[in-house]
Amino acid sequence: MNTLILTSIEQGLIFSVLAIGVTITFKILDFADMSVEGTFPFGAFLFARLITTGFSPLMSTLLSFAFGTFAGLLTYTLHIKLKIQALLSGILTASILYTINLRLNGKSNIGLFSYGSIYDGAEPVIVLIIIVIVVKILMDIFLKTEVGYLLIATGDNETLVKSLGEDSHKYKLIGLMLSNGLVSLSGALMSQYLGFAEITSGAGIIIVAIASIIIGDTILRKRSFLKTTTRAIIGALIYKFIGAVAIDLGLAPTDLRAINAIIVILFLSYNTFSPVKMRKVKEIKVVEEAKC
Amino acid sequence: MLNIKNLMKTFNIGTDYELQIFNNFNIHINKGECTAILGANGCGKSTLFNIISGVLMQENGIITLNGRNINKLKENERAQFIGRVHQNPSAGVSPSLTILENISLSDKKCQKFTLKKLINRNKTEGFKEILRTLDLGLENKLDTEVKYLSGGQRQSLSLLMATMNKPELLLLDEHTAALDPKTSRLVMEKTQELIKIQNITTMMISHNVRDAVKYSDRIIMLDKGEIILDVKNGQITEKELLNIYNSRNYGSPLTEAV
Repeated sequence: MNTLILTSIEQGLIFSVLAIGVTITFKILDFADMSVEGTFPFGAFLFARLITTGFSPLMSTLLSFAFGTFAGLLTYTLHIKLKIQALLSGILTASILYTINLRLNGKSNIGLFSYGSIYDGAEPVIVLIIIVIVVKILMDIFLKTEVGYLLIATGDNETLVKSLGEDSHKYKLIGLMLSNGLVSLSGALMSQYLGFAEITSGAGIIIVAIASIIIGDTILRKRSFLKTTTRAIIGALIYKFIGAVAIDLGLAPTDLRAINAIIVILFLSYNTFSPVKMRKVKEIKVVEEAKC
Repeated sequence: MLNIKNLMKTFNIGTDYELQIFNNFNIHINKGECTAILGANGCGKSTLFNIISGVLMQENGIITLNGRNINKLKENERAQFIGRVHQNPSAGVSPSLTILENISLSDKKCQKFTLKKLINRNKTEGFKEILRTLDLGLENKLDTEVKYLSGGQRQSLSLLMATMNKPELLLLDEHTAALDPKTSRLVMEKTQELIKIQNITTMMISHNVRDAVKYSDRIIMLDKGEIILDVKNGQITEKELLNIYNSRNYGSPLTEAV
C-alpha cells in the first residue's frame, strides 16, 4: 500500500506539470487544445532522442520543454494564420506529432533504463517536488506580470486586449507555446520515471489533464485565494490517487481510461447538481412560483 | 478631425445576399464636438463604427484622423487614437480580473507590455481618485472581480478605461442601451462629464432621441447608408426629430421613456 501511495504521489506530481500546462489553454485562454495528445509523447520521445544522443539528463529534460513549445507554434499557425478551428488545429498537430514521434527514434517503444535520468542519486519524489514547486512559482510570477495579465485578458475578452493597443494573437501564441512546453516537459519526466518512451502514452492524456483541473476546481471551490496553479497540482494528485485506489480495488489497468472519463463526468455533474447549487435552483423556483 | 471620404462597403460580396451598406459615403466630424448618430437597425451605424475602429475593412475610401491616414492601421494600432465603449457592459472589461487589475491594464494602454509586475501599489491612490469621480463606490472594491459588478458599474468602468488616456476620438456604441433607464441616465451623465472635462471628440450611436437632443452638439441621421439629416443641436426639436425618424423608418417606434 505504501508503494502505491508513493507511486501515486510521484505520478501525480508529474501530471501536475501537465495540468498546469493545460490550465493555460483550457482555463486561461478558453482554448480546447487537443495537441496535448501528441505533445506528451513528443516530450518522451524528445527526451529519448536527446539522452541517447549523449546529452545529460537535465539538459535533455530542459530541451524537451524548449522543443515542446514548437507544438504550440504549429497549433497557433493552423488556428490563427490558416484560420482552422481550434479543436481541429489541435488534432492535426497531434496527428503530425504522432509521425514525428515515430521518426525521432525510428521505433514506437524505447527502453531508457540503461541511460541516466534526473532522478538519479535522489528520491524521485524529492526531485519531482522541487520541479513542481519551481514550475508553479515561475508560473505564478509570470501570471502577475503585464504580459501574464494580458494572457488572462485574451482568454477573457479579446476586444479589450485590442483596445489596449495589443495584438491578442500574440498572447494566444505565448499561451499555446508555454502550455505545450510544459506538457512536453511532463512527458519527458514520465518517460524517465517509467524507464521507457511509449507512442501510445499520449492517448487519453487530455482527459487526465482536464480531470485534474476540474477536480482541483471542484474540491476547493470556496477557497478563492487558491491560485489556479495550486488547484491544478492538488487536482492532479487527487486524480492519480483515485485511479490508484481503483486499481488497488481490483480493476485492471486497461479499465483506467473509462475510469478517467467517469471521474470527469462525476465531478462535472457534481458541479452542476451539487447540494448548494440545487438548493439555489429550488429557491429560485419557489420564488418564481410565488410570483405566478 | 475625423474625415471619411468615398467610403464603400459591401457585405457578402459575390453571394445572393450581397448587401451594399455604403456607396460613396462622406462624413466629417469636428474637433471637440459630440455627434449623435441616429438611425434604424441596419442603416449602417455600427458598420461605420466598425470601419472607423478597424474591426471591418472597407473596399474603398480614405479615413483620416487629425490629418493622418489610418486606413492601413489594424484595430489594435488604431486603439492609440480611438477609444470605444460597446453596448455590452462586459465588452470593455476583463470580467475575471479585479477592478484594480483592469484599471492597471488600461493605464498601460498603448505602452509596451513587459515582464514587469503589473500591479503597482504606489499607483493605487491615483486610481482610487479616478474611480471616485464615478461616484459608485468602486474605489472601495478595488480587489473585487469585475464579473461581480452590476451592468451599470461595469459600463461606467469601461467608460473610464476607454477615456483614461484621452483618446482623440471616442466611439460610444449604444453604450447605455443595455442598462435600465435610471442607470442609463447616470452613465450618460458620467459620460458627458468625462468628455466635457477632457474635451474629447465623440461619436455616439443612440436609439434614444431624447439623449441625442440633450447631450450632443450635432445630430446626424442615417438611412440605408446615407446621411438624411445633419443639423447642429438647437436647430431641431425632439418632436421634429422623432417625426423625421418615424417617417423614414417604416414607423419604427423611438419613444423610449426616460
